Amino acid sequence: MILKTLFSQLFTKPATNRFPAKYMPKSVLGFLGKVKEGKATLVPPVPVPPRFRGKIAYDREKCIGCQLCIRVCPAKVIEFLPEVKKIRMHVARCTFCAQCVDACPVDALAESPDFLLSDTDRSSAALTVE
Amino acid sequence: MAETQNVYEIPIGPIHPALKEPIRFTFRVEGERIRGVDIRAGFAHRGIEFMAMKRNLIQTLYLSERICGICSISHPITITLAVERAAGIEVPPRAQYLRVIYSELERIHSHLLWAGVAAHELGFDTLLHLTWKVREQVLDLLEELSGNRIDYALPIYGGVRRDVAPEQIPKVEAMVRYYRGLLDELLDAFLRDPSVEARTRNVGILTPKEADSLCAVGPTARASGLSKDVRQDRPYLVYGELGVKAITPRDYGLEPRGDVYDKAVVRLLEVAQSLDLIETCLYEMPEGEITSFPKIPALLAFLKKAEGEGLGWHEAPRGEVIHYIRLEAGVEEPIVWKVKAPTYSNLMSWVPMFRDQEVADIPIIAASIDPCMCCMDRVHVVRDGSPGTVLKEELLRLSRAKTDRVTRHLSPVPRHGGGL
Ligand code: SF4
Ligand code: SF4
Repeated sequence: MILKTLFSQLFTKPATNRFPAKYMPKSVLGFLGKVKEGKATLVPPVPVPPRFRGKIAYDREKCIGCQLCIRVCPAKVIEFLPEVKKIRMHVARCTFCAQCVDACPVDALAESPDFLLSDTDRSSAALTVE
Repeated sequence: MAETQNVYEIPIGPIHPALKEPIRFTFRVEGERIRGVDIRAGFAHRGIEFMAMKRNLIQTLYLSERICGICSISHPITITLAVERAAGIEVPPRAQYLRVIYSELERIHSHLLWAGVAAHELGFDTLLHLTWKVREQVLDLLEELSGNRIDYALPIYGGVRRDVAPEQIPKVEAMVRYYRGLLDELLDAFLRDPSVEARTRNVGILTPKEADSLCAVGPTARASGLSKDVRQDRPYLVYGELGVKAITPRDYGLEPRGDVYDKAVVRLLEVAQSLDLIETCLYEMPEGEITSFPKIPALLAFLKKAEGEGLGWHEAPRGEVIHYIRLEAGVEEPIVWKVKAPTYSNLMSWVPMFRDQEVADIPIIAASIDPCMCCMDRVHVVRDGSPGTVLKEELLRLSRAKTDRVTRHLSPVPRHGGGL
């Protein structure tokens, strides 16, 4: 039976999504640069499910500075900014448990579908939410 | 058996980059035969229990999830059961059903992961890729339900954090149908394949008596024919009502021998059992609350006042896991937290399993208890007093060569397994 499966596999689409390109580019960064210039096309990532737990989105206006999210966060992602009574999140540490979202009394935090977060600088703008 | 001077020692480990937890084996070998093994664990002590004493219980919950990446539902479920007993928290019925669904999904993905690893250790990479390809289906469903592909962050003290939404039910049903349809192919590929049988039948035997006296747990014990399953012996959540029965090779019409083959039988049949459990839960699950503490501040305040001790137990994919917790009023952190994971109980079963086996069988026997460490990275061999290093690739090559060897002698002769 396994032979039949294997044989039919030859003619079906591979199970793996070929992200970011059909064939591995020599340099991924170079390839992404080309995508930006419009010289290459990106094979899109597999879409995320509706209730995906990605990078946490923060609504600064809503936040009342109660620090509940800081109390429950297991990974010490969240820093309190006492002067403004707001928070800053260091996403590089985040475990995407969304416990802070559950804890926030005013719904200032939410799960977003963003997950392409790799970076060489852990304090880059993309990895800092405030 | 009297050991002659032809017995050499092969130490394996403790540091293997591929291992989740380093461990050290010292094999005594005579030619190709293993005469004995000494196991030393404890290289990966992370002080997790101590770390918890500096964190409140909610943070500890996510710490428990990180004891093991595969058992990332089993550990949180067990610690919540322990804390709920200590603090006297009721769990709504719907949440109990949901916890069962989530833990059975975890069992499916863990057993399929094991099956793939086992195939790889035997040199059947085709089967590895096939198994791991079909495993994606359950991971996708877990991602759909929890929002995370791994480390699901689902249980919380007093319930669960996410419900199965009505529009998700067809997806769960589709997953159950998918694996039911596939099961026969999987059984065929693993259990009716003559070369898999030749490499696993009568290899790494653990007799029922040994399994019993060494306190083996989970599929390792059940493959030896012990009817031992926490879900059946000390029911918790709604497992009592679901009437779970421990699966042994007898359910497949085989007299248990306790070898690697039997361990595959048990795990594959447990995938089918988990599918049944998920389906039953899905239909019998009552409506209602999914947690008794919808507000996190209320939960934090309640836990701070709680005082007492509690024990939680759960049948993780690898066997029984136990958490003990002690809480003190006015203190947010646990005073004591003790975790016993299944591999700890199964470690000693390796000793009789390795006895008189071949060196080429080391990978598959080590993997057969589904430890949290299953890849050999490198072996240090001291031969005639001069040290040399055998890489993981070499061990894998040995294992593959053996598969080739046994398959070549296979075809025309009717065989009953084990004749190496
Ligand atoms: S998702 Fe979890 S780890 Fe990330 S900031 Fe929120 S609580 Fe902390
Ligand atoms: S819990 Fe919500 S309101 Fe309170 S500090 Fe965090 S983000 Fe702001």
